[in-house]
Amino acid sequence: MADQATISAAGLGAARTSASEAWGPRPRRALSRRNIIIYGTLTVVALYYLLPLYVMIVTSLKGMPEIRMGNIFSPPMEITFEPWVKAWATACTGLNCEGLSRGFWNSVRITIPSVVISILIASVNGYALANWRFRGADIFFTILIVGAFIPYQVMIYPIVIILREMGLYGSLTGLVLVHTVFGMPILTLLFRNYFASVPEELFKAARVDGAGFWAIYFKIMLPMSLPIFVVAVILQITGIWNDFLFGVVYTKPDVYPMTVQLNNIVNSVQGVKEYNVNMAATLLTGLVPLIVYFISGKLFVRGIAAGAVKG
Amino acid sequence: MSSVIVRDVSLNFGAVEVLKSLNLDVAEGEFIVLLGPSGCGKSTLLNCIAGLLDVSEGQIFIKGKNVTWEEPKDRGIGMVFQSYALYPQMTVEGNLSFGLKNAGLPKDEIAKRVARAAEILQIQPLLQRKPAALSGGQRQRVAIGRALVRDVDVFLFDEPLSNLDAKLRSELRVEIKRLHQKLANTMIYVTHDQIEALTLADRIAVMKGGVIQQLDGPQAIYNRPVNRFVAGFIGSPGMNFLDGTVSRDGGPHFLVGDLRIPLDRYEFSAADAAGAAVLGVRPEHVALDEAGAAMPLTQEVVVEIVEPMGSDTLVWTTFGNHNFTFRAPSERTLKLRERITIGFDPARASLFDAATDARL
Repeated sequence: MADQATISAAGLGAARTSASEAWGPRPRRALSRRNIIIYGTLTVVALYYLLPLYVMIVTSLKGMPEIRMGNIFSPPMEITFEPWVKAWATACTGLNCEGLSRGFWNSVRITIPSVVISILIASVNGYALANWRFRGADIFFTILIVGAFIPYQVMIYPIVIILREMGLYGSLTGLVLVHTVFGMPILTLLFRNYFASVPEELFKAARVDGAGFWAIYFKIMLPMSLPIFVVAVILQITGIWNDFLFGVVYTKPDVYPMTVQLNNIVNSVQGVKEYNVNMAATLLTGLVPLIVYFISGKLFVRGIAAGAVKG
Repeated sequence: MSSVIVRDVSLNFGAVEVLKSLNLDVAEGEFIVLLGPSGCGKSTLLNCIAGLLDVSEGQIFIKGKNVTWEEPKDRGIGMVFQSYALYPQMTVEGNLSFGLKNAGLPKDEIAKRVARAAEILQIQPLLQRKPAALSGGQRQRVAIGRALVRDVDVFLFDEPLSNLDAKLRSELRVEIKRLHQKLANTMIYVTHDQIEALTLADRIAVMKGGVIQQLDGPQAIYNRPVNRFVAGFIGSPGMNFLDGTVSRDGGPHFLVGDLRIPLDRYEFSAADAAGAAVLGVRPEHVALDEAGAAMPLTQEVVVEIVEPMGSDTLVWTTFGNHNFTFRAPSERTLKLRERITIGFDPARASLFDAATDARL
């Protein structure tokens, strides 16, 4: 031991790196074969997945003459934002030529109430199922879970009839209702499992402290569940914003969501295919979920870290 | 006057009987410990008294009032949980005042009570901290404070010290005892730790399978356990059990193999008991060398395993084909395979029926 101490004190690097005199942390090489393989593979895969995005961005910034030259990978010689403006404001779908802007606002008017209402109801559902074992809770939960496994295509036509009878067919309210209902199984499951992981004693302590159903929900459970709310918001915003099927089935052209309008722009057959406008329109439509991912990703991690501290 | 009365309380979860027609009378200001292995129903009973579980049958009275159907908050109880169960997003002050705010107390009254509880538990410097910034012992103090501020008649403790390390546990144990002497409230305390039970309790209720086996003072439970379960559960290291027969020929005596243990001075609980039985001897009641030779019963044994524990040494031997442990003073150095003389007084032993496990 004394010898080793002398050697290290003298700073004999050779003695430290030789295997017989192992001392302190094990040396790590940055360019080990393992690292090369891992980072090499990751880089290749990342490039492969980023390539379509690159093509879309590049194409959306080119003019039509340049696109006709056929070099889809080459960067634009002359950058133009005209396709973006056209996609947003003047692209034609059928008879009206207002671009995607109207669809965007429709989508906002669909997504916000659907997200808020579905999460509010589902979180209370999950809380009640996890903490208040009311009579028939198990049956209720089973039905809900079965609901999550039924492909919703089979319910499209019955819902058309239901909405028609309610007088909501073709309206935004109807679509919001449909989104809320279809978000219920998975969201309730999400919240139930989260609330079930909250220590039961916390809930008992709150009851001894005289808090009722809503007081416990608002004062104890809600402040503890930011992470799961962020997850639910991400799920719902992306799911509802990207939805095409319900939008096209349950609404009319003047309230079509952005995705449906995008489809109509891209698939319109008259005239020339304007690839740059199509690309710009697609990027515009995908922007909202992308932004949500980028912002909430950070929040998401922070939320989990904050919630991980045991009380 | 009784503070808490549990009358014929049963609790079933489906087909499982967790509590079986249980009765318990807790006197005003008494410290009762519910002791038993996990799954014996002790926490369940506490939850029933707290009102967190509905009983299947029976009644619960607190301060002479039938609270069987009352909400926990209306029962006049405060409860302390094993996991502390502090509200993580609130400060210590918020935790303490939460119950009072729910009860709609005026602000100055809340502040007064919080200050008083903080003073009693010496947590004034922690009032503005979040639970995450507290140590285990501090958290448990806050949890006790949350019961304290509510100014209740009955304190319920659900294994409050089980999450703490050994040193802190013994410190807080003394603090809880001090708190009880100061407040003189009724306290019902659930634990599986017999040391906590013996040190804290005025009376201990030893439970098994949803039934109270014995309800008595710590000394009585230790010295005169009513059955073999209680005898084996209380005491560490556990009681030694010797299988044999009780015979009455020529004075009562106990036969283990060829060895005859006289029982003249043993206080029988069951007169004219005879037949197959089990003799229980506490390791602490066995003496060694000259002291052992002076005992009414002596025996020569061989040292098999020695476990030094600091204050004394635990010695494993064989006594009439049974494992037999006893405590030896730590000054006495014992060698392996050494032949030594031990002895004990059968009058201090416990005798159990081999079939029913009941005390004889």
